[in-house]
Amino acid sequence: MDTMTLLGQGFAVALTPENLMLAVAGCILGTIIGALPGLGPSNGVAILIPLAFSLGLDATAALVLMTSVYYGAMYGGRISSIMLNIPGDEPALMTTLDGYPMAKQGRAADALVLSGVASFVGALLATLGFILMAPILAQIAYSFGPAEYFALYLLAFATLGGLAGNNQAKAIIAACIGLGISMIGLNSSGMARLTFNSLYLYDGVDFLVAIVGLFAVTEVFVFIESGGKHSAIGVKIDRITLPIRDIIGTFWTMMRSTVIGFIAGILPGAGASLGSFMAYSAEKAIAKDKSRFGKGDPRGVAAPEAGNNAAAGGALVPMLTLGVPGSGTTAVLLALLMTLNITPGPTLFTDRPDVVWGLIAALLISNFVLLVLNVPMVKLFVKILSVPAWVLLPGVTMISFVGIYSISGSWFDLLLMIGFGALGYFLRKLDVPTVPIILGILLGGHMEDRLRQAMTISGGDWTYLFSSPIAIGLWIAAVLGFVAPIFLRRYIKKPQAVPD
Amino acid sequence: MSDRLFGFITIGVALAYVASATQIPIGLFPDPVGPRWFPYIIGGVATLAGLVVVLRPDPEPDWPDAIAFVKIGLACVVLVAYALSLRPLGFLIPTALAAGVLSYQIEPRKLPALLTGIGLSVGLFLIFKYALGLGLVPVPKGWIG
Repeated sequence: MDTMTLLGQGFAVALTPENLMLAVAGCILGTIIGALPGLGPSNGVAILIPLAFSLGLDATAALVLMTSVYYGAMYGGRISSIMLNIPGDEPALMTTLDGYPMAKQGRAADALVLSGVASFVGALLATLGFILMAPILAQIAYSFGPAEYFALYLLAFATLGGLAGNNQAKAIIAACIGLGISMIGLNSSGMARLTFNSLYLYDGVDFLVAIVGLFAVTEVFVFIESGGKHSAIGVKIDRITLPIRDIIGTFWTMMRSTVIGFIAGILPGAGASLGSFMAYSAEKAIAKDKSRFGKGDPRGVAAPEAGNNAAAGGALVPMLTLGVPGSGTTAVLLALLMTLNITPGPTLFTDRPDVVWGLIAALLISNFVLLVLNVPMVKLFVKILSVPAWVLLPGVTMISFVGIYSISGSWFDLLLMIGFGALGYFLRKLDVPTVPIILGILLGGHMEDRLRQAMTISGGDWTYLFSSPIAIGLWIAAVLGFVAPIFLRRYIKKPQAVPD
Repeated sequence: MSDRLFGFITIGVALAYVASATQIPIGLFPDPVGPRWFPYIIGGVATLAGLVVVLRPDPEPDWPDAIAFVKIGLACVVLVAYALSLRPLGFLIPTALAAGVLSYQIEPRKLPALLTGIGLSVGLFLIFKYALGLGLVPVPKGWIG
């Protein structure tokens, strides 16, 4: 069947009243989550997964809801970057550089509209890119055996660890924490491991508990430490008009940034933050007149937003075709798929075309919904920024608790979640990245199974792991992806938000 | 200093992990890898990485002052108490208390904290129970006939 037929069937799935309603609800919720400082796509999606699950939605509906939230949060992140100079989430960090200065010059509305349009262009083109790329990658992935998959998992850890943190050894420790936790409980042959004879641990550690703990509960502790000094600064917005000159003037900026962002998104471990960073840097590098960057240049607003939204779409490619997430948020979405008993990978495209193409159609629809929400209706969401932290934070905490409690009903899981929250706080202080932990918990079981399959096929010969050109290529890429950032770090400074 | 301590803890935990992995029973149909090797590899790699952190620590992170630590510790205690009381006491009362205390910790004003606690507790209950259809118990079992 050709792509158009499949896409048509996808639209038939996505356009059912229930799914359409979920997509709109997800977009609104996502934009709110993105707009609120401290809540981004990864922790927002993490908090909502248990709730989506306890609603008893079917797989496609749950996916439509959560990916709309994901896209919505990517759009919404820019709002507090522009209005408060506080990124709503990490990928929106670069948008503060020119977005906030533009707002201070009284052009907040223009900045919001321009960045909304840029988000739309980036996300829409990336979704189209996804439609073209994903089936090709799925075809290639068909030839993967256990040795290739083992190397691929390693590549995901290596690049994520290499790029996410500042210290390679700490990234390794984080990955080992996650992998170590994933071994707990009954394994695939039904033997209990490392449960210390505790019945609570026989089922292993639920990755949702770990995710919500590390992302949401940790945020609570960090917030209490900082004293919640996120108060709205008086940037006013006036009437919403279309800044046509800026939009036309940044057309090629958006195109270039979309391509850069999309590629950054596909690379395992890179994700949206890198996408927006690279898009902004590239735009600044090729600009003839650099003097306006950092002082409210429209190109500096359009580039990171097109870049990070394109990366969000690109990151779905490896997650769905290979089962290897490229970023924190896609790791969370992978957790959602696994909870719904869907195994991402090349077979997903043939076994569950309804899920894949329904999702793609829903993403296309979400983009148009988000454009409406984020351009003509953006003022509504700006109002949300005035929700005080002393209401927001307890609210988020309670929602996380109810979410986990409603899927497991066990106080043990709640305590475990608090434990992960405390662990996450200390790790964050020590500059240990927490995303590799999630990746480890998610992939540990698969990784071990692949290793054991590979060794069974080869009769215990370790060289089998390096026996095919694809496997060797993946190993080399893994080593490079892990080692190269050590040398590149000297030249690339991590972006910092500009102080007032 | 913090990094050195973190490295030593990592090594300690990793070695304990390997030690407990040696106790994993091997199944009836052993394969060349078996259920122990992957945990051994994880523990081994973590030990090496821990050593690197001990030998080449990063600059000291800026830890918050003692007051902030007490506040975080208190928040932790509140959350644990909340987790343990949800089942016996139902949703409304523990949620109002926990949300109120957290709110007060962020902005120490009594009335807003009180209103936040009650508002969140009732509001979230209505949303969860009637809009999302979760089976939450509102009050202790004995209170309703």
